[in-house]
Amino acid sequence: MSMTATRVALGDALKALGEVNEKVVVFDADVASATYTQTFAKAFPDRFYQMGIAEANMTGVAAGISEFGFIPFVSTFAVFGTGRAYDQVRNTVAYGHYNVKLAMTHAGITGGPDGGSHQSIEDLALMRVLPGMRILCPCDSAETHQAIKLAAELEGPVYIRCSRMPTPDYEEHPFVLGGSHVVREGKDVVLFTNGTMVSQSIAAAKILAEKGIDCAIVNLYSVKPLDEETVRSYAQKCGKVVSVEEHSIYGGLGDSVSMALSECCIPMKRIGVQDKFGGSGKPEELLAAYGLDGKGIAEQVETWLKK
Amino acid sequence: MEIRELKKKSCEIRKSALKMIRHAGSGHPGGSMSVVDMLTVLYYRQLKNIDPADPHRIDRDRMVLSKGHANPALYAILADKGYFPVEELSTLRQIGSRLQGHPDRSKTPGVDACGGSLGQGPSVAVGLALGAKAAGYDSQVYVIVGDGELEEGQPWEAAMSAVQFKLDNLTWIIDNNGLQIMGSNDEVMGSGSFEDKFRAFGFEVISIDGNDYEQLIAAFDKKVSGKPKCIVAHTIKGKGVSFMENEVKWHGAALTDELLDQALKELDEQEAAL
Ligand SMILES: Cc1ncc(C[n+]2csc(CCOP(=O)(O)OP(=O)(O)O)c2C)c(N)n1
Ligand SMILES: [Mg+2]
Repeated sequence: MSMTATRVALGDALKALGEVNEKVVVFDADVASATYTQTFAKAFPDRFYQMGIAEANMTGVAAGISEFGFIPFVSTFAVFGTGRAYDQVRNTVAYGHYNVKLAMTHAGITGGPDGGSHQSIEDLALMRVLPGMRILCPCDSAETHQAIKLAAELEGPVYIRCSRMPTPDYEEHPFVLGGSHVVREGKDVVLFTNGTMVSQSIAAAKILAEKGIDCAIVNLYSVKPLDEETVRSYAQKCGKVVSVEEHSIYGGLGDSVSMALSECCIPMKRIGVQDKFGGSGKPEELLAAYGLDGKGIAEQVETWLKK
Repeated sequence: MEIRELKKKSCEIRKSALKMIRHAGSGHPGGSMSVVDMLTVLYYRQLKNIDPADPHRIDRDRMVLSKGHANPALYAILADKGYFPVEELSTLRQIGSRLQGHPDRSKTPGVDACGGSLGQGPSVAVGLALGAKAAGYDSQVYVIVGDGELEEGQPWEAAMSAVQFKLDNLTWIIDNNGLQIMGSNDEVMGSGSFEDKFRAFGFEVISIDGNDYEQLIAAFDKKVSGKPKCIVAHTIKGKGVSFMENEVKWHGAALTDELLDQALKELDEQEAAL
């Protein structure tokens, strides 16, 4: 199976979109070689804005340019784009309901050796609470292309969460706002996941299958709005729910799922980054250390089900 | 330490930092090399009351590496000073290591502030300088800021406050190496003259060759009262390694074994020539 990091796909997707939509412009804060927006920059130098290391200004400028019919994609590391420029995202982009797309990379801990300062474990929480913000978290190249295309079609702010670590490329499936994708059918427990955790959840399901535990996996690529109907129906069908995310267990996908289920009283376990920051290491090592590789996920699910 | 010894020390620090980055397989050699000379003067001559046995000593001078990606240079010095074992340098950027990819003050002894998210160090330094004065310590506070980093807005807010509070115990050192990730400062976001800008903000500005020991020492020794000092250090990114000097591609790239050998050889020769 071919592997692509969603950050690489992001660059390709922006270029592909730029080819068919001349209103698309891209903003960078001196990291285009790492976020891969340089793929767009090379193809469309006149529609690429280098803003320097100034995320707050970049965000406000993007809001301004959108008033003239442009569709700005603002891109940097998730930790800086959602954290450093939070008030600009909140009070200018979201509050002003500007047509600004926030396409960020290096989300979660798999950013790797740069360490905790560069690893965003809180971006979903920050973006979820903003009224009107839509959140997409693609798991592979196809979903990234679809997410970028969808974001451009939607009016208003959208946050797209991409990763640095290569992940498997799956077959394309329909991708809509508020949609989801059933990756695996199963009857004992359902894993709700997205992004880099889709492939790790598949690995976990294989391990669990050998132990007689049959997992369903649902890819909730649209974190907001969430496909609550599918969440409820799979939760009811399986009777046990696990959320698996490369994000803090506070405020991310687990929160979204439990919100959708809070009226039905179904037991739920949250797997994600516990109450701690990331750290330096290789992506695979970090996933193992944080219990977020297939093995770690399987162990946590099994232990919980046995309780 | 005499200048000749400081220069010898700087060759050792450069070698150590490059080996560390090679071993880690990632990191930022260019910006580490450009600050070695100022860090060497600071740690082996300038900083008072710093003590590896008591890294939190309250009356010590402080050194904030705001351009945190240059920390291999800092780690090499801290290890040499005995803050942690030299062998630990080979754990840089590895899982579980105390030596994180960017400075982490809660993990690494001797590190005075966290870094990684550019533009935040100057504010911390202003707070340290303010605190030292308010608590009656005569600690000096130094902060090393990248020229690209000054594209952030926060340092300019910090600059205003440093002047407002008359922080003459605060020294900013701008590592003016002219480069950042996506090209030269002028290509990315031209900043014009830092000398003019900081003078306009009310700093005492000293413009120097930031890889020159006489000039570094004179700038650090210059007494200023009633306002903060800003040393605009014109440096060479990748300084000391011929193939890295002024090459933007060495901002964030690991060396191959071959290139590391070449770099070490060059630095050995420079050391021998002293
Ligand atoms: C807030 C923030 N934005 C972006 C980055 C990514 N980044 C790391 S180093 C760097 C360039 C820094 O340039 P400069 O300050 O000139 O450093 P130097 O040339 O001394 O290495 C960038 C953009 C970051 N670390 N922090
Ligand atoms: Mg620079």
